[in-house]
Amino acid sequence: MVYKKRFDGRKPEETREIKCAVGVIPNADGSAMFSFGNTKAIAAVYGPKKMHPRHKLNPEKAVLRCTYDMISFSVDERKRPGTNRRSSEISMVVQKALEPVIFLESFPNTVIDVEISIIEADASTRCAAINAASMALAHAGIPMRDMVASISTGCIGGTVVADLTKEEEDYEEDGKKLATDIPIAYLLRSGKVSLLQADGRVGIEDLKKAIALGYDVCLKVGEEQKKALKIQK
Amino acid sequence: MEEEIESKLEVKEEVKERSEKKLFIPGEAIASGPTYLPGDNTMRDGKDIIALKFGFSQIEDRLVKIIPLSGPYIPRRGNIIIGKIIDMYSNGWILDINSPYDAFLSVVECKGFIPKKDIETHYNLGDFLICQIFSVKSTSADLTMKDRGLHRVEEGIILEINSNKVPRVIGKQGSMIQLIKDSTGCDIAVGQNGIIWIKGGSIEKELIAKEAILKITEKSIKEGLTEEIEKFLKSTQK
Repeated sequence: MVYKKRFDGRKPEETREIKCAVGVIPNADGSAMFSFGNTKAIAAVYGPKKMHPRHKLNPEKAVLRCTYDMISFSVDERKRPGTNRRSSEISMVVQKALEPVIFLESFPNTVIDVEISIIEADASTRCAAINAASMALAHAGIPMRDMVASISTGCIGGTVVADLTKEEEDYEEDGKKLATDIPIAYLLRSGKVSLLQADGRVGIEDLKKAIALGYDVCLKVGEEQKKALKIQK
Repeated sequence: MEEEIESKLEVKEEVKERSEKKLFIPGEAIASGPTYLPGDNTMRDGKDIIALKFGFSQIEDRLVKIIPLSGPYIPRRGNIIIGKIIDMYSNGWILDINSPYDAFLSVVECKGFIPKKDIETHYNLGDFLICQIFSVKSTSADLTMKDRGLHRVEEGIILEINSNKVPRVIGKQGSMIQLIKDSTGCDIAVGQNGIIWIKGGSIEKELIAKEAILKITEKSIKEGLTEEIEKFLKSTQK
């Protein structure tokens, strides 16, 4: 059997409901919330400010320091609080996805802190994290040459779909895992890819299709980001 | 002759239409074509001029600018600012000026002669100073206290706002700040870095001035702000 109808009745290229807002954390210099259905991320930006620890500072450009964290109540079974191997890897991936858009060379010897918390997780949390962080950076008034939008595409039993849920990620038939999750992030204006990962097996044709679909959906995500930033209180 | 005046008027209207303010996000194209030139916080990318910061656009003649809504204070030469002393050396003081980098005030740049042993008694840690930026380097700024009106802050309250809202708080030719000063009778100094010092006859009056300033920063984008602040100040006087 091939996976044709999606569990929640969406079309293959349809995303879950997108909700986003800026200014959700008054104490931060810039903040944003981004959610895909049940996946919800909040990001706070502090800085540019003085670097601590001092030995990590860079006299040529600012350091971007991203911290991705899943809150203990974000998943069904309580997650042990604090960093772990997975969260430090995603922190690095998010940082690498955002670095190319920021004018880090404008603020040598400083650090820009991006704190991302996942308060509800239902797959594609790193994509929600990147979207929220990109909005929060713009909201904080950091000079950027572009915005970053991200979406998880995937291939489930031969069907290319966008925005996978946890249920779809774990899709299996006869005890065989059939779903592949491909998170992808684009710089909206230049159309460059800043994040591309794959978790599972996927054919070349399907991968090409997934990347092309990712770009179309990222443009829609970008529109939502733009709309949320432009709403003024 | 008449035609000439008419055509000039038309040009003026056209410029007014073009300079209409609009919000832009980073990477969004503001204008396109070689007739426009990129100004502050913008960049040319191919044919288009794109915004580099989140803020309002301003088109003056051919120059395209973005006026940011948020972001760190960048020191400029000649700015009057308010800073807090956070460290002392034998030849001067280090001040926190609400920017990514600290500023340095040398003893030489103070009024009068200060012997080295008097450095602590002259200005101490935690003091707020109204000072002027006299030179800017890439990662630091030097301050001076030698001009008129520059002094240490004594009494009163200190307020911190977003430095991008300072022009709104001051108003056109200082109209807004004068309005608050006149109606509350407070002495107010607004630093370009977003730190504000208020000193009045009583704490109540200082708090009214503070509230008025916070109101301005909250509603900085709205039209008819002066009338609203006028109304607010009148209601507090009764």
